Amino acid sequence: MKASYIILLVVIAVAVAIIFSSTGSASEYVDFAQAEKLAQEGDNEMVHVVGSLVKDASGQYVGMSYNPGIDPNHFEFILKDTKGREQKVLYFQPKPQDFEKAEQIVIIGHAKAGVFVANKILMKCPSKYEDKEIKI
Amino acid sequence: MNLLIGDYGHLCVIISFFAALLASYGYFEAAKENQLNNKSWLVFSRIAFAIHALSVFGIVATLFAIIYTHRYEYHYAWSHSSNHLPVYYMISCFWEGQEGSFLLWIFWHAILGIILIKVNNKWEAPVMSIFMLVQAFLASMIIGVVIPYLNTKIGSSPFILMKESMPDLPVFQMRPDFIAEDGNGLNPLLQNYWMVIHPPTLFLGFALTIVPFAYCMAGMWKGWTKEWIRPALPWALLGGVVLGTGIMMGAYWAYETLNFGGYWNWDPVENAVYIPWLILIAAIHLMISYKNSGTALRAAVIMVTLAFLLVLYATFLTRSGVLGNSSVHSFTDLGLSGQLGLYLITFTVLAAILIIRAWSSMEDTQKESSVYSREFWMFIGVAFLSLASFQVLIMTSMPVFNMIAGWFGIDLAAAPPSSPETFYSYWQMGFAFFIAILSGMGQFFWWKKIDSKQLWDALYLPIILSLCFTTLIILLGVLDAYKGEEINMYVKIGYILLIAASLFSIFSNIMIFVKVIKNNYRLTGGAIAHIGMAMMFIGILFSAGYSKIVSLNTTGLLYSKEFSEDVNRDNLLLFRDTPEKMKDLQLVYKGQRIEVKGYGGYVNKDWIFPTEDPYKVILRKDIKEKEVVVFHKGDTLETNPENTFYEVAYIKETGDTFKLFPRIQQNPKMGSVVSPDIKHFATRDLYSHLSAIPLNPDERDWSPVETYSIKLNDTIFINDYVCVFKHVDVLHAVPGVNLGENDFSIVAHLMLLGENGQAYPIHPNLVILADQGASGAIPEMNEELGVKISLEKVKPESDEFVFSVQTCQKDYIIIKAIEKPGINILWIGTLMVIIGLAMAMFRRYREFVAMRDKGQEIA
Repeated sequence: MKASYIILLVVIAVAVAIIFSSTGSASEYVDFAQAEKLAQEGDNEMVHVVGSLVKDASGQYVGMSYNPGIDPNHFEFILKDTKGREQKVLYFQPKPQDFEKAEQIVIIGHAKAGVFVANKILMKCPSKYEDKEIKI
Repeated sequence: MNLLIGDYGHLCVIISFFAALLASYGYFEAAKENQLNNKSWLVFSRIAFAIHALSVFGIVATLFAIIYTHRYEYHYAWSHSSNHLPVYYMISCFWEGQEGSFLLWIFWHAILGIILIKVNNKWEAPVMSIFMLVQAFLASMIIGVVIPYLNTKIGSSPFILMKESMPDLPVFQMRPDFIAEDGNGLNPLLQNYWMVIHPPTLFLGFALTIVPFAYCMAGMWKGWTKEWIRPALPWALLGGVVLGTGIMMGAYWAYETLNFGGYWNWDPVENAVYIPWLILIAAIHLMISYKNSGTALRAAVIMVTLAFLLVLYATFLTRSGVLGNSSVHSFTDLGLSGQLGLYLITFTVLAAILIIRAWSSMEDTQKESSVYSREFWMFIGVAFLSLASFQVLIMTSMPVFNMIAGWFGIDLAAAPPSSPETFYSYWQMGFAFFIAILSGMGQFFWWKKIDSKQLWDALYLPIILSLCFTTLIILLGVLDAYKGEEINMYVKIGYILLIAASLFSIFSNIMIFVKVIKNNYRLTGGAIAHIGMAMMFIGILFSAGYSKIVSLNTTGLLYSKEFSEDVNRDNLLLFRDTPEKMKDLQLVYKGQRIEVKGYGGYVNKDWIFPTEDPYKVILRKDIKEKEVVVFHKGDTLETNPENTFYEVAYIKETGDTFKLFPRIQQNPKMGSVVSPDIKHFATRDLYSHLSAIPLNPDERDWSPVETYSIKLNDTIFINDYVCVFKHVDVLHAVPGVNLGENDFSIVAHLMLLGENGQAYPIHPNLVILADQGASGAIPEMNEELGVKISLEKVKPESDEFVFSVQTCQKDYIIIKAIEKPGINILWIGTLMVIIGLAMAMFRRYREFVAMRDKGQEIA
């Protein structure tokens, strides 16, 4: 067998391994119900949940609390997922900048003990690129 | 409202598009063989190109004029600029918007086209025909024309008016000629000097990948299937240098400006450029391999083509909105994704047809490379580079797979990996290990094939040296220096292997360098670039793998015990002037600072009065520089109200101190940006940033107003601090207030005593406008103590002064500090790669020129 065929086989084998590893490592977009189900099944993989913040009638955010004087690494809030389910989210980091301005929030983490523990928070602020308001 | 300038710009866009098409067609005719009028077609195409280039410069000039003169009737100027934007950032407006970045790309193409016409003789017509076809496609991205009947928009013009872009704004119904007074402003992230040079460099790199592609396609088309390599090689090397530099500039910008704690985040936008760069480097190696020994021609053709197509794919990924949720900083969709997709497909098909036609004429001259040949090992290196690129490509393309699956009604819902750092890094580390070894070995097959005996003679020294140094590093405990989270044993073994391989590459390339430089220093580019690359591996390994959070919060209370393994203590709360311990350092938050025009340092925010114009402040104290007063009390100074710096003093146990000024940039329209400040040491960086935005004084929870009526020398308690009413003055001039002849101001001097016995003077004013019978209190706040006092009234009948007092929590910041060891090795390595590639480029360009001047361009 020629050396070039062996190389080709190895390259193909690595490429296949890459594809498997990618599909295996890719996270998933789920809602809170699915996240809870995954956690109950013992699946510790982190998932993505897309949602938005919850406001009460007077425009106040419900369940949001950050008291840096007590613990600067503890922030909690309530997120409503795309199915409309509201869930308490814990985030062991300071409150992200411009958190309230986010139109959409993606949290990455896992469900645990009745809450969702987020390791990362991504915020979509469309205003950053396209501001539709104009000052007159 | 000036409509003419926009019409002029739009006209230039349309001319540039059609001139590009005409030039491409003209060059196509001129490239045909056995045609009598080749010469006149060539002249025609050059004129068309000249018109094209001039109109491109016209577009750039017009757009800049619109931004520079603040013509907010134009949407582009309004959405990307503002009245207070300095001129050097106006250039950045070009790449904040999509249209502007396409324009930048087109601009670079026009410049490159001029050079290509100048340096080539025989190649000009076929190369420029392909080149201008790409250019016409690019120009169509900003043409902004709606095709009648079909109702399809082609391109998005940078010259549309506000009225056209937002016709639904209510103001246009009332006042059709309305022009906004100020623009929306430039994204604060782009207001950074790196952002002035990084995007143009990156786009030049993009533009450069098309040159080898155009040579390659011209070669396929004209049957010069191997001759294209020589003229294309210097361009491919230049592309590799510029694109690589652009990527690393972006990395450095991210390190310095963003707060994600590093220089590389595996964000899809970063990956999108990394993928074609790796392929371009692979293509360069194959081209060199073909030049040396006539092997791997087909592979070189495929790689050069892929590098260009992947640049198009990168544009498609970042510009079409397909990345959606997976990236924080991709552009929004302008409705051009279809056009971009079409562009990508057209050139893929065109390239495939030309390559397949020429395939059989590209037989390798040598059937099988020996295991002891340089080409054999180069080829394996190329395979690893391609696999490294493929690995990033697959994961970055997940949103595309989601989209394609969506067309068939399948909801894939695949998201990017939850910890991209480890997912990408472990794979890339494996590839880096092999690439480092191969780059050390391949270089030894310098002139000819050698046998196993000679190979061992050449290799034993670098192998022994690298093993010795690796052992030394292990024994010195450098790899255990991390005291935070325990490093997994397998990961550590991986680190050791990568260090050994990188050291091997460094030592063997140094040997090559020493050998080659005696003969001809011009040939040392390869060795320098490979040493640089291996240094980058080591620098990345230490700065990323051993980056350490030093701001561990060891005093804070824990909210919830049940989540103990999830909880982190990475961030520290600092009250102003209250020292906190952090590792072997003591941290003291000193207060807020601003920058003023004409003064190099930072100015204490407590020493200034704000005015009605947020860009102007009045000084309350003399500012000195080296004991010389630069600005006087009462001077009005210019500042940028968006920026606040937070002075933090780092006091070492040994006594020496340094200060860092992490910044927060608050833009009311676009949100806030947190930027770190970095202290550079020879062996490491200390990187620190605020991890939460401090609340503005008016956003804090102030207590209800308490009123005190007191006499001189009375004492009250505010926020548990003793406050003494010292004395009263009458002033006839107050900074920032216009006082009439009979007007005056009463200022009360109070003294607050802090916890550590420090005294804080505080003087609220009461301005009496005698002629108008009015008065106004100017309260004073001490942010450090969280106290606001205003003098409300004077009661002459009882000698009493009425003060109103409010209190809130003391001023504090939350800070995160990270140590990055060995990061300078990364930057030095980067510079060496750039120098090495540039040297190789000049060498190959001289080869091309020498052959051209002999009249052997196609030989």
